[in-house]
Amino acid sequence: MLPRDLHAANFDAYPPQARQLAVQHLTLFQQLPLSFLPSLLRELIEYDYKFPVERIRIEQELSILSDLPAPQLAQWFHAFAALDLAMSLERTDWVAKPAQFIEKESAYLWSTHQQDSFREAAVSYGDRLQSARPLPSLPTARLGIAIIGQGTATTPEPLFLALRKHGTFFSQIKPEGGLEVLLAATEARAAAHPIDYAHWYIDGGAPNPTTKALTTVSYSTLAPVRDKLLSFMQTQIARPGMGPEELRTELAQMSPAQLGMERQGDPALDRFQVKIFTEGSGTQIFSTTFAQWTTREALRRAEPLTLLVRYAPRQRQKPMNELLANTISPGELDPAGSLVDANMAAYYHWVNQQRLHGAEQSSFLVWWEGQHQAVVIAPTLPRRVTSGSALTLKQLLSLATG
Amino acid sequence: MASFISDRSSSAQLRSLAPREIARHFGRTRRDFLRDAAGMALGGALVSASPLVRAAGVIKKRKIIVITFGGGARDQETFAPEGRVNIPHMLGELAPQSSFFTQVTNHGILGHYVATASLATGVYETLNNFSAVPPDHPTLFEYFRKDLGRPISDAWVVAPSNGFNRIGESDSRSYGAGFGARVILPKHLLSAASSGTKADYAHLLHDNYETPLYAPQISGGEFELQQLEKVLKLSVDDFTQHAKSLASPDELSVYIARQLMRQESPSLLWITMHDIDIAHSGAFSLYIDAIRRTDRLCAALWQAVQQEPEYAGNTTLLILPDFGRDADEDAGGNGFQHHRTGDPASRTTWMMALGQGVRPGVVYDSPVQSIDLVPTIGAMMDFNAAQSQGRPIRELL
Repeated sequence: MLPRDLHAANFDAYPPQARQLAVQHLTLFQQLPLSFLPSLLRELIEYDYKFPVERIRIEQELSILSDLPAPQLAQWFHAFAALDLAMSLERTDWVAKPAQFIEKESAYLWSTHQQDSFREAAVSYGDRLQSARPLPSLPTARLGIAIIGQGTATTPEPLFLALRKHGTFFSQIKPEGGLEVLLAATEARAAAHPIDYAHWYIDGGAPNPTTKALTTVSYSTLAPVRDKLLSFMQTQIARPGMGPEELRTELAQMSPAQLGMERQGDPALDRFQVKIFTEGSGTQIFSTTFAQWTTREALRRAEPLTLLVRYAPRQRQKPMNELLANTISPGELDPAGSLVDANMAAYYHWVNQQRLHGAEQSSFLVWWEGQHQAVVIAPTLPRRVTSGSALTLKQLLSLATG
Repeated sequence: MASFISDRSSSAQLRSLAPREIARHFGRTRRDFLRDAAGMALGGALVSASPLVRAAGVIKKRKIIVITFGGGARDQETFAPEGRVNIPHMLGELAPQSSFFTQVTNHGILGHYVATASLATGVYETLNNFSAVPPDHPTLFEYFRKDLGRPISDAWVVAPSNGFNRIGESDSRSYGAGFGARVILPKHLLSAASSGTKADYAHLLHDNYETPLYAPQISGGEFELQQLEKVLKLSVDDFTQHAKSLASPDELSVYIARQLMRQESPSLLWITMHDIDIAHSGAFSLYIDAIRRTDRLCAALWQAVQQEPEYAGNTTLLILPDFGRDADEDAGGNGFQHHRTGDPASRTTWMMALGQGVRPGVVYDSPVQSIDLVPTIGAMMDFNAAQSQGRPIRELL
């Protein structure tokens, strides 16, 4: 089937709100190329479980496209329409299973050397859409906080090198009570600007107690979910005919209920957490990867005003000789390696935050937990500068947000 | 967004460039870094005076060793000022002896098996990256053995995982069966040698860091256990004992390669490293550890070449990643973790050539493609890579 053959009944299996939006925009969908439309449907089919900001983005995208005159719409999608897709892709159930279609389409584009053209078309489309979107003013400037290096007192190499170029490096921070101060500040922002999913606390270990005003995700709380998922993966791998691509497809279809999350009571957050494990690579194994990827996805999807992430030591990767010796050391951690992981992850946190609307006003603070080093990037602070001021975390935070 | 871009002038410049221009930018950056860090000269005018001309008389005895990294390493972790700490051996020992190509582009599929197969055939292969299937086009091993009438013992592949077990021989009708290279899969060998023991190798034997829980079963073409003693002259006990002293699968691969060099002295030896691809787990420290290990292993192998009478003085070593990894700035990726975006950073890498017939200490930033490797080796060894779609790299001829 091609998009021009679509009719309302094709969306009967969609969740109610997604179905309603799809039917409203059927005429638009009929004009879009097959190389593009499933990407839009992949987002739309999840509409009922999306964060508020994501819903607005989908509605805006549909509205912008619907308002384009036909010649302009054709111009926007010319590069997508020029891609040559296999007939077999047309025969797939791309309306009901857009994510699976995209996997197949991606493999086909790579194998036919059209991936670069697709990429160019996608970037161009994204730029056009971005410039057409209205940009609402934010209730407060964004703030990112990364706390790294839990359990370490030394570092083999200087920290924050990538971030120091963009902000001020503080070498004499007073660490006492730092974690509590930063958590309290995050909660205070949530209280001052009570917006759903606008204030996040992500922990790579066990979370500190916080108010319900924060959207909290932690590695240790999700241990039962991880265990269920790993068990599911092992079962699937043992099935005849199972390969990596088939496994990915199976994982993409997993629901929170299948992983024992039905009692959590927050469909959007539950789905988000499932996807962290089913779509992320390494998130099931390493807590540092989990915290980094969750941060990235929270920023990309929920566009929070505040995001505090605290990294915890991940499990130690055994070298080959230890594996061969079969030494049993369950739960052994690697704080030093985790510090290196989190140092890079903090840089990615800032990069991903700066991709969001309002980047010019946003601030970022990274602190080596329990130690004296931190970097603050803020519109008011100089770059590539080292400060020896003996500041508390509270004072540092004031500098970041002041 | 504006402040982010203005903070990062190089990123801003990159965004305004077309992909080919960005690839050239990467090349120039590597060149400038090498000129400063390793004191290497810019090539170009030197091309017509290749030392290979002087080496023509020893063409029959020439050996070629290719090392590919399955799981590319990015510039900022290697050939850039902030990455130099990770590659002391390549930068300080190997690069000054090498002709260094700063701009090697891979226009094919960025999966490790299919990309390595493309390197070995000189054609951008389109096979399923996660299946143990042979390449569609003849490999350099087939060209080499058929054209030059070389025995099977003269071409070997040491490869990281089960998925690579068919890489030695293609499906091509005019070449294919009987003309390929022998393939050793060290991890598979270790698994076989250790069967019946209580050791848990499941983690070690993970086949592919892109899908860490999946390990395809293999059949046919693999190096049989009994040949451990016959070819490598290693007892199962000695082999497993030595393996217990090694930190990673790539160390095991280099150990096997050295045994092969001693016992078989193949003229064409291909080693694919894979430790760096641990980056897919998202743990930056493990990725860096793997780069440092690979750096050390490359130098160790070059030292082994100097120590082996069959190789010293007549061997050309070619080192290249199969491709790069995603740039930090590409919103579609997650930085070093993957190579999924197809952005210029993930497609552009480098190649180092050193030893017999190579002009040392020269940097070339003229663009080459990864599929140029096979016809280049063909020209070096005097076989015709007839179906390759690449072109010989004239700076090496």
